[in-house]
Order: sequence, then structure tokens, then C-alpha cells
Amino acid sequence: MNTLLIIAGKELREATRNRWVVATTLLMAALALTLSFLGSAPTGTVGVGPVEVTIVSLSSLTIFLLPLIALLLSFDAVVGEIDRGTMTLLLSYPVARWQLLLGKFLGHAAVIALATVVGYGAAGVAMAMGDAPIGNESWRAFASMIGSSAMLGAAFTALGYLASTIVRDRGTAAGIAVAVWLGFVLLYDMALLGLLVGGSGIGVEALNWLLLANPADAYRLFNLTGFKGVSTFAGTAGLAAHVQLSVPLLLAVMAGWIAAPLALAAALFSRKQI
Amino acid sequence: MTDFTAEVRGVTKRYGETEAVRGVDLTLAPGECVAMVGHNGAGKSSLIKLMLGLTTPTEGSIRVLGGDPASAACSPIRRQIGFLPENVAFHPNMTGRETLDFYARLKGAPRRHNDALFAKVGLEPAAIKRRVSTYSKGMRQRLALAQALLGGPKLLFLDEPTTGLDPALRQSFYAIVAELRDQGTTVLLCSHALTELEGQADRVVVMSRGRKVADGSLATLRSLAQLPVRIRLTLPSDDVDALAARVGEGAALTRLAGGVVELACANDDKVGLVRRIACDGPAANIAVKDIEIVQPSLDEMYAHFLRREAAE
Repeated sequence: MNTLLIIAGKELREATRNRWVVATTLLMAALALTLSFLGSAPTGTVGVGPVEVTIVSLSSLTIFLLPLIALLLSFDAVVGEIDRGTMTLLLSYPVARWQLLLGKFLGHAAVIALATVVGYGAAGVAMAMGDAPIGNESWRAFASMIGSSAMLGAAFTALGYLASTIVRDRGTAAGIAVAVWLGFVLLYDMALLGLLVGGSGIGVEALNWLLLANPADAYRLFNLTGFKGVSTFAGTAGLAAHVQLSVPLLLAVMAGWIAAPLALAAALFSRKQI
Repeated sequence: MTDFTAEVRGVTKRYGETEAVRGVDLTLAPGECVAMVGHNGAGKSSLIKLMLGLTTPTEGSIRVLGGDPASAACSPIRRQIGFLPENVAFHPNMTGRETLDFYARLKGAPRRHNDALFAKVGLEPAAIKRRVSTYSKGMRQRLALAQALLGGPKLLFLDEPTTGLDPALRQSFYAIVAELRDQGTTVLLCSHALTELEGQADRVVVMSRGRKVADGSLATLRSLAQLPVRIRLTLPSDDVDALAARVGEGAALTRLAGGVVELACANDDKVGLVRRIACDGPAANIAVKDIEIVQPSLDEMYAHFLRREAAE
């Protein structure tokens, strides 16, 4: 346990030094604040609008941005250390390979979580200082959005680790990371839409499973259909009534998208010739 | 029961088709400084990785400090091993102190000794506080050495430790190695720079294409190789013929530039030859301005063993 914390702590510190933490946090905060101030414009007012509107726009943006940040942060994690020669050195220390991988992952996931909580939290503070009364239910939805964003970041960090473990050079790892982002974030939904519009007649059951096969979609469903107030604004109220995926299931799927790539990366890493 | 720090028995390591290490036997005793020489791809680094437990042998067995270095329960063993990799780039944005602190924590070594370590490898207190990105090559290498010395290792692997260091730094580097060896640490040194190993290593192991082709003290290797000793004489006159007559059959004579004549002879004949030139004879009138005896260097012996290996 101690070893994990030492490695995670070092990773977090390096990210802080690299300005990764600062840059990501500022980006998140800027986005969140912009959206919370301007996001209510479609409802006819400018100013801090209902939390629900912010959740809808912010979670839609998070889906594009956060996976990209997570992948950029993580694709170099294993292959880069091998390149720099520090991997051989670390493995000659009394550290198991899985400890090394998990420790580094915890550090990177903490960077993403920190940036999300602080960045989006800033928007939460701004909204709390606004005039509009905000109910408990809305705050719960907002907190859930922050939490699930951190999970989304962790899931794509885990995928980045997998890419970093599979290949032998950094360029390929970067390529895979970009491909993962394009695939899961952009192409997957287009393909799904094409399937639906094309009228190939896939059932609701199949659609549900297809949505779960993508961490970004699980995140979207969780935030847009999980809370009644939000789904009204998101225009997904009708969908929410039909989707039979419960909140715990969606959370479990997202947790699975963190654990599975990481376990696979750890298994591959333990067999890798350094 | 053995007294060896590390014991390699009949180890072969294959990576797919290529054999990186082939049937190597090697023992390292406490307080011994062993130099491993061989060109790139000779299997030196592969052998070190095997002894560190980073990879497992395809055939044969390895015991390091009484245990299997690749086993799950190797942590107590690894705590007693220091390793200086050939190329290591520490994170540029961490300071020297932070870097060493991290490795000390990971090794479970008390961090209060770190200052003494920095002093030992010669990193100034002002430099410790700066980021690694501002370090020169020599300072980085000192930091890497400090890392290898954490926790007072019983076994130290140094892979090409002096590449890129200036002569003064090399001297202080070998002074540290000698001090450790005197304290009972086993040191295994890999190097290309053979000349600087003379006088440092108790034993030299020559590797070629995965095989160990020679193993012994410098003197042992010398007599094994039977390379000629060269005697260089500076003659004021061009009286080479008289010299040739005096020298006789036992040595080959070559003329070098600047009136220098080189005689190559077997090591055992060297004393007799010098006597014949300088003292013996009816007319001891061969004027010799200067005499220099050149022992075969480690480089030459190394080349000899490689040639022999290639011929086999």
C-alpha cells in the first residue's frame, strides 16, 4: 500500500511540475464558468442559470475534452519510462510490476480528478453565489456530474495505459491514443446513429448493450437521464423513460471501464520484456 | 551453502530466435570488483538484467545474495542491490533532492543518510536544490550513482558508469568504487573504456556474442593470452644491424618513427632480452638513449580473446 502511495505521489508531483495540473484545472474552470454564465442563454436569460442547464452543456463538452486530456496524460506512462531508462531502474527496486503500474495510474487519475473537482467546483461556487435558488436535487445532480467526470477521466487514463503497455515506441502509443479517442468519442456514436437511422431494426435491448460498450456513452446516459430535472432540459426525458439502464448499472459499467483496461495492462506489463 | 554474492550457473537467455546470453557461469565474491568487458550486444546488459531479476533465464539458475532475484519474495534481496543503468534520464522537473528522496522511500532506505550520499558523490548543496534539467552530464551521473548507493548495497551493478565523464570525475568515481569494495561490497562494472579499468578491477570477464570467453585477473589473462611484450628503444645512431645481431632469434624487430626500434618478445624472455641489449656481450657499445617496456594493454588482450573466439 505504501509503495503505491509513494509512486502515485511522485506521479502527482511530476504532473504538478509539468503544469499539467494547472493547465487542465484552468481549462476546466474556464469552460465550466463560461457555460454556467452563458449556458442559460437558450432559456432566455443571461446570467447564472439553472444548474441543470449547466450540467447538460458541461457534460456534453466533458465527453469530448476529458478523454482527450486523459489519453494525452497517460499514453506515455509506460513506454516513456522504458525509453528514458527509468523503468529498468524502478523494476530493480523492491517494487512489484503491478504496484508500479497501479501506483502510476492512481497518480494520473488523481491529476484528472483534482482538475475536474477544482475546475467544475469553481463553477459550482459561482452558481451558489448567484441569485437563483438552487435545490438539493440540483446540487446532487451537479456533484454526480463531477464524480462521474472523474470516473470518465480514469476510464480513458486506463485505456491510455493499455495503449502505452502494448507498444514498444512512444509514437505508436500516441497514435493508438488518438485512435481510441476518435473511436469512442466521435465515430462510435455516428455509427450507432447510422444504424438507427438506417432502420436496420436493432432492438432496444441491443441498443442498450451497444451504449454500455462505450464509457463515453455510459457517462452521457448517466448524466442526461439519471436525474429528472436534467433530462427535461437535455430533451432526453422521453429517452430516459425508455432506457432501462439504471444508475447503479451505469456506474458499474463505468467502473468496469476503469478496471478492465487496467487489469489487462497489468497482465501485459507483467509479461513484457524490458 | 555458498559464500558467493552472486552465482550464475549455465545460464542461457533467448529472446525469440536470438540468444543474448549463452551458457554463462559466473561467480562474484564479497569485496570483489569485477569488470565485464565486451562490445555492444555481447550480452553484458542482458546478464545484469538477469542478475537483477528483471528477466528470467531460459536455462540455468541464478542465485543472488542467497535467493532467486526474480522470485516474488525478492524484496529483501533487492534492497541490498544497487544498480546504475547505462542510460537513465531522471524526470527533468524534479530537483536532485526530490529524486533521491523518492528512490530512498521506494527502497525503504532512511532518508537522513541522503545528505551524506550527496556529499560522497560530490553534488554540491546548491545543486541538490536545483532541477535535474539544469544538470550537466557529470552531475546527472553523480545523482544516478547516489541512487545506486542508497541503503548501502552489498552488490552493486554499474553499467557503463563513466561514459561521458571527464577524467577528474572518473578518478573520483573509481575512488568511490574502491572504497565500497574495501568495505566488502561486490562491484560488477561494465565498460568499454578498458584502459581505465586497469588497476581498478580484481578480475576481468570478457564477453563475446553472449559467451564468456575469458575470466581472471589481469595477470592471469595476460599469461593466457601470451601476447608479446614490446620493448621500445630509442637509439641515437642508426645502428640497427648491431642491435639485431644482439637480439637474436627470440624477438621480432620493427623500426618505428623517430629512431625508435620496437622489439616484441614473449613475456618470459623480456628480462633476458633487456640484459642482452644493455649489459652482455663483448662490446657493450650499443648506445641506448631511452628504454620503454610496454605490457599488452587490456584493449589488446580483449581484441585477442575476441579474435580467438571468432576463430573457433
